Amino acid sequence: MTDSQSATIPAPAPASDREPLLRVTGLTKHFPITKGLLRRQTGAVRAVDGIDFTVNAGETLGVVGESGCGKSTMGRLVTRLAEPTGGTIEFEGKDITHLGVGAMRPLRRDIQMIFQDPYSSLNPRHTVGTIVGAPFRLQKVQTEHGVKRAVQDLLELCGLSPEHYNRYPHEFSGGQRQRIGIARALALKPKMIVADEPVSALDVSIQAQVVNLLDDLQQELGLTYLIIAHDLSVVRHVSDRVAVMYLGKIVEIADRDSLYRAPMHPYTNALMSAVPVPDPRRKERRERILLTGDVPSPINPPSGCRFRTRCWKAQDICASQEPPLVTAATGHQVACHFPENQPTPEATPEATPE
Amino acid sequence: MTDLAKPAGEHFLSVRDLRIHFDTDDGLVRSVDGVSFDLERGKTLGIVGESGSGKSVTSLGIMGLHRSKRARIAGEIWLDGEELVGADPDRVRQLRGRTMAMIFQDPLTAMHPYYTVGQQIVEAYRVHHPQAKKREARTRAIEMLDRVGIPQPDRRVDDYPHQFSGGMRQRAMIAMALVNDPSLLIADEPTTALDVTVQAQILDLIRDLQQEFGSAVIIITHDLGVVAELADDILVMYGGKPVERGPAATLFEAPEHPYTWGLLGSMPRLDRELQERLVPVKGTPPSLINVPSGCAFHPRCPYAQLTGGRSSSELPVLTEAAPRHHAACHLPSAERHRIFTEEIAPRL
Repeated sequence: MTDSQSATIPAPAPASDREPLLRVTGLTKHFPITKGLLRRQTGAVRAVDGIDFTVNAGETLGVVGESGCGKSTMGRLVTRLAEPTGGTIEFEGKDITHLGVGAMRPLRRDIQMIFQDPYSSLNPRHTVGTIVGAPFRLQKVQTEHGVKRAVQDLLELCGLSPEHYNRYPHEFSGGQRQRIGIARALALKPKMIVADEPVSALDVSIQAQVVNLLDDLQQELGLTYLIIAHDLSVVRHVSDRVAVMYLGKIVEIADRDSLYRAPMHPYTNALMSAVPVPDPRRKERRERILLTGDVPSPINPPSGCRFRTRCWKAQDICASQEPPLVTAATGHQVACHFPENQPTPEATPEATPE
Repeated sequence: MTDLAKPAGEHFLSVRDLRIHFDTDDGLVRSVDGVSFDLERGKTLGIVGESGSGKSVTSLGIMGLHRSKRARIAGEIWLDGEELVGADPDRVRQLRGRTMAMIFQDPLTAMHPYYTVGQQIVEAYRVHHPQAKKREARTRAIEMLDRVGIPQPDRRVDDYPHQFSGGMRQRAMIAMALVNDPSLLIADEPTTALDVTVQAQILDLIRDLQQEFGSAVIIITHDLGVVAELADDILVMYGGKPVERGPAATLFEAPEHPYTWGLLGSMPRLDRELQERLVPVKGTPPSLINVPSGCAFHPRCPYAQLTGGRSSSELPVLTEAAPRHHAACHLPSAERHRIFTEEIAPRL
């Protein structure tokens, strides 16, 4: 994936010369807050507030962040389940930001979604056959051997048995339901799948099964994933590149290995140090960055850098000037006035934060 | 701590062969089927397992929170020399909230939306201190909120739960649980609903409070990382039964049971080199109505055939595999160690 951190070449991400499958520029979504009888707008929840990123064909972009950072809203904007307030979304070079329902329909085949909760995302009154076959009917897609056969093939592809065709969702466990949701998403051979917390509702042993399934499907079908999750270790496992979001902004985006080896944004550092590790001996050794307080409200985000209220490195400039997302020498994009793990001439990205 | 040879009454908390079964229309659900452990003051026991493994039912059983009409409870629970399973419900009620307290997973549903946080803490205090004046109880509530790190506790005490963020609600619930200085604290998935940064704060808080008050803590979780942070001893449960029990250090370093290997192999880990592929446990957790015969894990166990059919016919018992480290597995100990060092350890 990465050329093993050759510190000499400030390598521009090797994938970037290809035309990206998805390009998002300045995307914003503000949910209005209204008051009174006339529903006057008195403010806005700035859920997503100007983010830029690209997803290349065949790669996996992982998006991490705490609850309320806007990562799910971002997923809903990209799949056009929510209407963006500003910015543009380009899919295969075509601007889809404000396409209407009808114009969007043919594109729905190409962008599919996997949801978090396998209990509420499947209609309890429909059989598995109806659920997984629905995309064919809605899009009026003809299949070679009929819909039933196509659905059964999909079930098999996702590790379910074709005999499950006539069963109802309640007869399945959480992991199996998630497989049904994945089969449905795959029905129309999409190019991109947006998965919003695809494994967080599952037990550990089942989580690994679904992660492996997503991996196999990507290899087999050449899928592109945008995976939204809060679990940093799962994201590390599945992603090629990772974006870290905080209060509606992307604070850092880089390829997986360099992000996890040398995170530059203080927030990313704090997130990583907070992940509990199943190794009791490490308890004493490691230094953990404890953030104080909670994420501020997206209605009234802090001026300048949004992380400054919880950042141990914050100075005056952080309150007055918003740090732009700039590309550092390592190909890392980071929005911080005082990034960590700066590549020094001696290039030892080992410096741990105090 | 897991020296079960000592009589049950001598430990601070002893659970002996606890069985909790529920009658349902579909049959008898054996949620907990023969759990034993001991816990001393100042120590932490982590109970790990997947959903349906019986870990929460065990903790509710200790708290005496199962309705006696529905649940069939057998076995012994000794708390500070007192047996609780056969005890008078009124006596258990006196202990609950005072000697033993619980923190639940979801603080939004565990707190009453209609009363302020302060009122709820005051109630918890006055139930067990009926002679305490209102003002005194309120001072105590503010003190506790301050202790768990709520900013401006004298003002926030009059807020309603919905005015608190998730992490603060969990802190408030810890304050409520600790208001009577319990000597046993049970935390059932205390951080599952929280973000990692807040989770780290709450785990630190639980650790600090334990050191301060010297209470015994049981932490129930599905996250092996969380138990590694807190627990001195770990009990791994599967299908209502304990499959492995031992000190945290050796359990993570040299796990004995194939199910524990499976759990460790299923987790992507930040502290290791990236694995090419996760090694999940195949299949799904068992039904608690028709628990598989013999070892409940055998249908999912990749090594079941090495036991010569015993795993599907004979119930394995917890036996000491290393000092204080017990596992319930039919595989001979030497064979297990060989498999672990040759096949499991390299890919963890």
